[in-house]
Amino acid sequence: MLAFFIRRFMQAIIVMFVISVVGFAIQDNLGDPLREMVGQVVTEAEREVLRDEMGLNDPFFVQYTRFIGNALQGDLGTSYFFKKPTLDVIFAKLPATLELVLGATLIVVLVSVPVGVYAAIRPQSWFSKCAMAFSTVGISIPVFLTGIGLIYVFSVELGWMPSYGRGETEQVWGSWRTGLTTADGLLHLILPSITLSSLMLPLFIRLIRAEMSEVLQSEYVKFALAKGLNPMRIYFLHALKNTMLPVITVGGVQIGTMLAYTILTETVFQWPGMGFLFLEAVNRVDTPLIVSYVIVVGAIFVITNTLVDLIYGLVNPTVKLAGKSA
Amino acid sequence: MIKTTTSFIAASVLALSAGLTQANTLKMSYDADPVSLDPHEQLSGGTLQQSHLNFDPLLRWTQELGFEARLAKKWERIDPNTMRFHLREGVKFHSGNTLSSDDVVFTFKRLKESPDFKGIFEPFKEIKKVDELTFDLVTHKPFPLVLNNATYIFPMDSKFYTGKDKNGKAKDTLIKHGDSFASRNVSGTGPYTVSYREQGVRMELVRNPNYWDKQSKGNVDKIVLTPIKENPTRVAALLSGDVDFIAPVPPTDHERISENKKVELVTMSGTRIITLMMNQERVPAFKDVRVRQAIVHAINQEGIVKKIMKNFATPAAQMSPAGYLGHNESLKPRYNLKKAKQLMKEAGYEKGFKITMMAPNNRYVNDAKIAQAAASMLAKIGIEVDLKTLPKAQYWPEYDKRAADIMMVGWHADTEDSNNFYEFMTMCPNTETGAGQYNAGNYCNKKVDEMVALANTETDTKKRAKIMQDIEQILYDEAAFVPLHWQNLAWAARKEVKIAEIVNGMDFPYLGDLVITKK
Repeated sequence: MLAFFIRRFMQAIIVMFVISVVGFAIQDNLGDPLREMVGQVVTEAEREVLRDEMGLNDPFFVQYTRFIGNALQGDLGTSYFFKKPTLDVIFAKLPATLELVLGATLIVVLVSVPVGVYAAIRPQSWFSKCAMAFSTVGISIPVFLTGIGLIYVFSVELGWMPSYGRGETEQVWGSWRTGLTTADGLLHLILPSITLSSLMLPLFIRLIRAEMSEVLQSEYVKFALAKGLNPMRIYFLHALKNTMLPVITVGGVQIGTMLAYTILTETVFQWPGMGFLFLEAVNRVDTPLIVSYVIVVGAIFVITNTLVDLIYGLVNPTVKLAGKSA
Repeated sequence: MIKTTTSFIAASVLALSAGLTQANTLKMSYDADPVSLDPHEQLSGGTLQQSHLNFDPLLRWTQELGFEARLAKKWERIDPNTMRFHLREGVKFHSGNTLSSDDVVFTFKRLKESPDFKGIFEPFKEIKKVDELTFDLVTHKPFPLVLNNATYIFPMDSKFYTGKDKNGKAKDTLIKHGDSFASRNVSGTGPYTVSYREQGVRMELVRNPNYWDKQSKGNVDKIVLTPIKENPTRVAALLSGDVDFIAPVPPTDHERISENKKVELVTMSGTRIITLMMNQERVPAFKDVRVRQAIVHAINQEGIVKKIMKNFATPAAQMSPAGYLGHNESLKPRYNLKKAKQLMKEAGYEKGFKITMMAPNNRYVNDAKIAQAAASMLAKIGIEVDLKTLPKAQYWPEYDKRAADIMMVGWHADTEDSNNFYEFMTMCPNTETGAGQYNAGNYCNKKVDEMVALANTETDTKKRAKIMQDIEQILYDEAAFVPLHWQNLAWAARKEVKIAEIVNGMDFPYLGDLVITKK
């Protein structure tokens, strides 16, 4: 177990090192940060002075060494726009994004499991057919369009839902503000969560259906049915457990995709999370913030994948985490 | 527009009756929020919008581009180089300090040091305090735009900004890329104070109870400003009643908003000119005035405005919009394909040639589409265009490098004066003086440069107008650039929110004077 963690940790370090090099290497192509910081009448000479002051004219190697030196002390730089350490800025936005991902994950789990199982047990029923048809449509509509469509139907036309933002938030601890504890905050979470889940839902319904259909063909299920066990117990306890193995693997990978799609969802709903922050940073050429974001997201990927592997081990004890040595 | 006594009485009555009703909150949404609370950190629309909330200028523009006295109650020219200003008595800052000439002197010095604002204040030699409420602005030479530039002087509370903050830095430190006291704390004379600010997410302002302008009809007690970046979401927020006031309003949604009975759309012709610059250094053919003429004859400005801008722009044939001194009535768009082909033939380019073109794709309204349309229009006279559109963040460095043969650029004159267009867009490029900084066409005409210099010192309005209108004529005749259109402005609000009276062509709504009527 310890060996597993150490190896994972080393992997994470390498991943983040590579990310930081890439992030640094491309920053010259992201645009000129000075352009976004000064008005259009400021002369080139004046901008050059500011660039010098900020160390932007130093050679790549000098800039990168300086960055790594600071990074090792936990300082990933200061955002040009927010004028605060980038990590503070990102962590202040993290709760919003996590809550959104949580909301979407809940929807995915609560909907895809029963629907997928049902579609596997009763493939010919009209509900199953509808669910499959819906999932085909769902997977082919861009997130952006889903979001705007939902806003127009539920906010503008029906007036049931708020159209943007996070609503009322409450301080939980430290700088963590949550919208989960207020009715207004929860209401604001509904549309963005549905939008974000719309991408994953079809995938998981189909995955669970396919896996479940396969498991239902296996000998032990047939035997259990013949033995006269309660079908519900067979489906949801014995069969589902075996169905979940590939689902967890895919799920772990998809959390990354989900994080990526928060960029679009958060932009549509003006959701003050990390994804929106990143897009804005790109628009403003806030390079320290861009590099930090990429590193933080890299870290999140590594952590979630590690967790998935751990869960995998719990669900399927035949999987050995530390490979041969264990 | 200085208010008269009758309107004062009316206003007091209104103010009294407003006092009996409930507190009015305005929820508004722009596409972005101001970068900083420091009014001198960045010269941008956002900063000026912010400045008009927390501060007051010495004088401000009216909707008709006239001047309205604010913190300066009157002014007079005492000699060709000096303008004397008299401040209003008893004006209090948010901190409780009283406004005096010292604050103006403090602010003026800071403006002169700001990388963004020093350009505007370049013609000014110094500021002289005469007494507690009187000061003189002295220019190097006779300068016709003293008042225009005085609209940028928003007196800051010098006592409040003097001293050291808790990090030991001077409170008036002006930095763009780091934390500073002035970027987080504010004390002005303005109608609103900041009560909460989470940058990029939400800002709350409350009415200044001691606001000096008792004549203002404004009855908004609290403003909640939320930036919403996406156009459809911003429009949806207004239509669903989540916000009361939005800007900008994308042209595609004008119809939907006009049809809605609960909201009102206010549009105004804007002053930002969108142009294409033909680079004469990169393309020898562009040195030939006939080729440049052919291009301006091939571009159908009216077509672009109608089809792409949905009539939400004014076709242009010059830099200066109507209302500017330099606006030359006689210049009209000259789309004429036959003549364009004829000119190409005369210049010996009947078979055309190949060029490159670059345009931003998220800076101006429909910028990429306009560039595509222009490219296909040029194809008709045999000019094959290799077009590349880029996000603004990547576009500007390319623009500075003059990376394509034709480049798109829009310009708004910070001084609301025609000469500003010529100085930045058509004067012979000179890196030392900064002239022609955005002249990506490298158009250069010594005579025009001389006329611009002349207009900069001519204080007789009529003579000055004549000079600048003549410049427009020369630029038109020589086809120095391709004028496309002036982008219009649009705001939308709930019917009860009377924005029509407080918006203006510069897009800094005077929210201090905003009235919300009862439902």
